[in-house]
Amino acid sequence: MITRLFSFKGGVKPESHKNESSGTPIQKAPLPKRLVIPLRQSIRSTARCLVAPGQRVLKGEHIGEGEGGLGTSVHASTSGTVVEIAPSPMAHASGLETLSIVIEPDGEDRWIDHTPLDLHSVSREEALAWLRGCGIVGMGGAGFPTHVKLGGGRGIDTLVINGAECEPWITCDDRLMRERAPEVLSGAMILRELIGAKQVLVGIEDNKPEAIAAMQAAASGLGDDISVVPVPTLYPAGGEKQLIRVLTGVEIPQGKLGTDFGVQCFNVGTANAVHRAIRFGEPLVSRVITLTGNVARPGNYEVLLGTQVSELLDLAGPKADTDRYIVGGPMMGTELQSLSVPVSKGMNCIIAASPALFPPPPPELPCIRCGACARACPADLQPFELYWFSRAKNFGKAQEYHLFDCIECGCCAFVCPSRIPLVDYYRFAKGEIWARERELQASDQARERFEFRNFRQEREKEEKAAKLAAKAAETRAKLAESGEAAAPAAETEDPKKALVAAALARAKQQQAAVTPKNTDGLTADVQAEIANIEARREKLNPQDADKAP
Amino acid sequence: MINSPYIRKPASVQGVMLAVLTALIPAIIVYASQIAAVVLVNLAIATIAALAGEALVLKLRGRPLAPALSDLSAVVTAWLLALCFPPILPWWATVLGVLIAIVAVKHLYGGLGQNPFNPAMVAYCAMIVAFPSLMSQWPAAGQLDFATQLGLVFGGAREIDAIASATALDTIKTGLRAAGATVQSIMGEGNFGLVSGRGWEWLAPAYALGGLYLLARGIITWHMPAAFLGALAAISAAFWLADPAHYASPLFHLASGGAMLGAFFIVTDPVSGATTPRGKLVFAACIALVAYIIRSFGAFPEGVAFAVLLLNICVPLIDMNTQPRVFGHRGDKAR
Repeated sequence: MITRLFSFKGGVKPESHKNESSGTPIQKAPLPKRLVIPLRQSIRSTARCLVAPGQRVLKGEHIGEGEGGLGTSVHASTSGTVVEIAPSPMAHASGLETLSIVIEPDGEDRWIDHTPLDLHSVSREEALAWLRGCGIVGMGGAGFPTHVKLGGGRGIDTLVINGAECEPWITCDDRLMRERAPEVLSGAMILRELIGAKQVLVGIEDNKPEAIAAMQAAASGLGDDISVVPVPTLYPAGGEKQLIRVLTGVEIPQGKLGTDFGVQCFNVGTANAVHRAIRFGEPLVSRVITLTGNVARPGNYEVLLGTQVSELLDLAGPKADTDRYIVGGPMMGTELQSLSVPVSKGMNCIIAASPALFPPPPPELPCIRCGACARACPADLQPFELYWFSRAKNFGKAQEYHLFDCIECGCCAFVCPSRIPLVDYYRFAKGEIWARERELQASDQARERFEFRNFRQEREKEEKAAKLAAKAAETRAKLAESGEAAAPAAETEDPKKALVAAALARAKQQQAAVTPKNTDGLTADVQAEIANIEARREKLNPQDADKAP
Repeated sequence: MINSPYIRKPASVQGVMLAVLTALIPAIIVYASQIAAVVLVNLAIATIAALAGEALVLKLRGRPLAPALSDLSAVVTAWLLALCFPPILPWWATVLGVLIAIVAVKHLYGGLGQNPFNPAMVAYCAMIVAFPSLMSQWPAAGQLDFATQLGLVFGGAREIDAIASATALDTIKTGLRAAGATVQSIMGEGNFGLVSGRGWEWLAPAYALGGLYLLARGIITWHMPAAFLGALAAISAAFWLADPAHYASPLFHLASGGAMLGAFFIVTDPVSGATTPRGKLVFAACIALVAYIIRSFGAFPEGVAFAVLLLNICVPLIDMNTQPRVFGHRGDKAR
């Protein structure tokens, strides 16, 4: 099948640095001394802990139950003993802590009993629940639950499998495709069946000829509607929206999902995990991760989830002048705040950085509006305008110029001759806008509460008035009926006046009964004192007492 | 903490400016060898004045000197001015023009990247308004020996009539005022070469060569030169076809005055120009239109500088209304 390729505007071609780590096969990392498994494994959701300290667990045992729509199950990555359940830092730019289960491996790496799932004997919903139970999330980085992405299973024409791996240095997907192409494609076929897509397109950047060859060979027996398509090497071709654009021509706007346009996209690592989950019943307990940069033995390692980064790095042997570590690629990755963080499902690469490999940026100069950033922007934005607006804190204008269409790919900052850290400005502006929106929401809520309180008080007042009016009408009717017979003496008085006086008196009495007093719930002493005062006041103003009926 | 991206292309403002200076070299060679070698002296005077002026203002503003002086942007402004001014302009006038550009137009607005107007063009216009006669004394190509040129630049007695001719644009403009004169008759008598001023006309291809280098390096995009030259050719062709006796040919307009210098080096100034692709087309085409109107119907023989300033004012409006379509957005543009 010949696929016509499309292109996106912009993009950059940084040095790929793939050869450092792509040459050697994936090695199995040795069992770590300690595993720290965060209960937060999928985006925006923390699982409920199912184990207690001291409990023995097997590899693949269910130790955390996913909660909410985006929750997925969490499993023990190896057999051993739960020694602690405590907050522990995650590999996140903020260095956030999350509740984690610490397991001491017993060295046996013994699997829990697991059985494959026969897709044809279960409903689609059961299959999705199975994936959720196996803890399958997107392995490209964001950690979005796969069962949620598979969605309703309707209206999807094309399934895109992302093997582009456009970030420099990273080669874990490359090695995975070279070594486990049939497994990846088996996973792709399962995903295709679950999502009901007509065709499968596997996009791989053309700087990975071995991976393309392996995947094409594996795909040759699977039919015409799956094709492995080399795409031009141009960062960020592996961005979901960019890859979908290149392969299908569809442009997915910000805030929209691929499913709205009949396309859905999964990473090759995710496809492999889906294959293991369905064909073997294995939950996701390990992943391939690239260790590269300023290290003695760069390469790809199959690592148990929860392995501490510090322990993992020993395998690659960081060199002496390493000054920091980057998780992910150099274009969009984040700097590790601590090495005692666990390997997570979305962690694809750790780069040891040295001043020689990643020199500190030269001093920033003023923007000269040269437009290099606009030509590099894959979202067709005008980055320098966004920079001016963000800098001036003119956030309204920044949003008008589509700040939130920015995918923070870093192309603009990469090409800027004035070396302005442009993406930092956009992160700042987005953060400020989100903070303001939260504030606005909070004050909106407060205002609504206040307005409702006013409305309620007003309504109660009106209800009371209506009640009183009804009562008065009743009294008047009674008086009119019995007036002549019962009280001939009252004839001298104006009957109307008497009626009004009677109604007023009743109203007063009722109001006194309804209005809550601030004298309730006081001590006996105080109440006695109040009674005294009331008595004195009645003596001083006898008219008041007279008026009462 | 440093955030992503952690890698950067080895690009710098200095590199951009150096490329522009490099692109001017073919024209400088033609100028010095064919027209007046003293232009090299003028380039040196202008460069020194620009750097000194920049250093002075930076000092007054309390800014570090090294980053701004080494970015070479002041040198670009200086060279453009030296190439725009008549080669026999007295040295003090060159210095004054450069200081107007650097001090008043660039730094009073905040320095590099902040000026709404093209510094070189403001200085050029200021000088032509303030010193109309000095600014319109142009030697014919190769007319004066180097000693005479030097003498004029450094304050020798100016026997204006003996040395000064006019530019090709000026000759045509004044010539057409005479009854019965046609473009052909004027070009037949005066100091003309193949299409424009003798000798001077060779500057045009030299500037174009430099411009192509900038295009190849990706320093400028095709939009502005194409729109500027295309629009200038189109409008001059229209008038020329209608009345060839009183309107010069498109080729004459493209090869005369500041057309080629403007197309590749002046109009393309990123700081003061339009930035969106469509905006660049509108901006450059409008400059050509205004320049032609001034050349043909205005008071000055050359109009590129005034046209650039007029359109500099319109840049925010142009940019605002030509925002490109954002990825995934169908038809709706940023306002």
